[in-house]
Amino acid sequence: MFPTPVQKAQPWVRAGYQAGLPLALTIWLLPLIGVAVTSVRPAGDLAAGNYFGVPSGFAGVENYTAVFRDSPIGWYILNSFKVTIPTVIGAVALSCLTGFALAVYKFRANLLIFFLFVAGNFIPFQILMVPVRDMTLKIGLYDTTLGLVLFHVAFQTGFCTLFMRNFIKALPFALIESARVEGVSEWKIFRYIVLPLTRPAIAALAVLIFTFVWNDYFWATVLVQGQNAMPVTAGLYSLNGQWVAAWHLVSAGSIVAALPPVTMFFLMQRHFIAGLTLGATKG
Amino acid sequence: MEPGFYFLTRLLISTLAVMVSAVRVYQNPAAGFWKSRQQQLAPWLFLAPGLLFFALYVIVPVFRSIWISFYDWDGLSTPTWIGLSNYRELASDDAFYTSLKNNILWLVLYLLAVPAGLCVALFLNQTVTGIRLYKSLFFFPFVISQVVVGLIFTWFYAPNFGLFSKLVEQLTGERVAILADERFVTFGIIAAGLWPQIAYCMILYLTGLNNINPEQVEAARMDGAKGWSMLWNIVIPQLRPATFIAVVVTVIGALRSFDLVSIMTDGGPYGSSRVLSFYMYEEALSEYGYRMGYGAAIAVVLFAIMMLFITFFIVRMLRQEGSA
Repeated sequence: MFPTPVQKAQPWVRAGYQAGLPLALTIWLLPLIGVAVTSVRPAGDLAAGNYFGVPSGFAGVENYTAVFRDSPIGWYILNSFKVTIPTVIGAVALSCLTGFALAVYKFRANLLIFFLFVAGNFIPFQILMVPVRDMTLKIGLYDTTLGLVLFHVAFQTGFCTLFMRNFIKALPFALIESARVEGVSEWKIFRYIVLPLTRPAIAALAVLIFTFVWNDYFWATVLVQGQNAMPVTAGLYSLNGQWVAAWHLVSAGSIVAALPPVTMFFLMQRHFIAGLTLGATKG
Repeated sequence: MEPGFYFLTRLLISTLAVMVSAVRVYQNPAAGFWKSRQQQLAPWLFLAPGLLFFALYVIVPVFRSIWISFYDWDGLSTPTWIGLSNYRELASDDAFYTSLKNNILWLVLYLLAVPAGLCVALFLNQTVTGIRLYKSLFFFPFVISQVVVGLIFTWFYAPNFGLFSKLVEQLTGERVAILADERFVTFGIIAAGLWPQIAYCMILYLTGLNNINPEQVEAARMDGAKGWSMLWNIVIPQLRPATFIAVVVTVIGALRSFDLVSIMTDGGPYGSSRVLSFYMYEEALSEYGYRMGYGAAIAVVLFAIMMLFITFFIVRMLRQEGSA
């Protein structure tokens, strides 16, 4: 193991490490801690110039109630769910199929199509912006959550296909071979042999896509105009314009907007990290 | 304007036709067609829905954007063909060069996230009690939205009361408004971007460190290697896959930077913090007017820069596929 485990080091090094950890963490998360503290700070503190000192009281309940009562943030969050959940289902479903096709069958265009998906994943959004917006307008889905869902499903399918294909490729191929010998149809091989084995990959993709799509800001501004379909990222930005200098409200709103992906991350941490670090160990 | 649409509709219809006929053949036990062709047809049937969606929303729009960049178009009226005029205009557009320069700055400075992430990973690669929680908390900035990161840092930099400004004032006695000062603004935004990016690189390296060969490390330790020489000669070479991915995601992230610029400064002051992705958006879709063609031309330039990196990445992956 590298670096040398502190357990083997001098006692003073060990003590230093144990003390250094929380210190380093505090510095690292200082901006976030600042926001969390501000979100429970009474409005009077900000007026009196007490931005970073000890809050004069706990106003968490007031601030968070104010955010939900005086702004449509609850609605924005609902919109975010309406975009994120169908996207996760759609992208994962499509990529199970494409990933299976690219992992199991040998045909001439296989690698070409695979790298099309991979490359599509890395292109800048701006090269898609004008045509996708135009197309969404033409099919009447501009300013709707469905318009966002369709785009996100298509785009995330690229990443999900890369992931699924590599995952299925690592499964023992003999399983599929022997099923074929038995005369099992290709669809049944997919449905009853491969799909049950991809459960960890599906879990990893679901959390990753949830986070990516929840945090999307660019498409939320390009494909949505009014409050009606606005997700919370774009909503928070527009609220920021209204709450000039009301940092306690901005902070509370930020915390609320960040909560769903953070919860998701803590609940499914192992899957999240497994998904994100795909390829970091081999190749 | 619509060759892409036309082509896709044709493709969609013909694919559906193939699927329908395949199903029909399948239902008819007399036909041996499906049985004999199943192996050839199956991959295409599995691919069809995903590939169609992807083609419609990702592949075709790339070509349509290139096409639109030769037009003068406000998004509503009939586009006018103007050839290379958009590109000619770009070549003498100061705002374009500012954006390009900032993009290069982003690219270079953003890459600091890779060594920084390695340092944090080395610091956290221990097995003391509670280390798992520490690792997750260090990873935190990556999970939250860039909008939130942008707001947090705006507040952190705020003149008069921001913690950072206070610190600078203490140290130098000078008041600086990072985000309102043309000299510092881009650096300020990049620093905000580095925060989640370092967390991302850290998690890649932690996974990499977890998988290095302990025997090699022990053997090198027997031979007296330690500290720097161990890190440089034994550990870093084994971390190559992690480094590769960290560099790729960081480069892509740097060129994609849009959210933070939009949230923190909206390109200002006086357009000095624009990057290509933001400038494109501004030209194509903002109160300054709907210049879709010009915006598309900027996007094409950004795409070309990105393609260099994508090609490099694909070539490396392809070589791996070959050896696997």
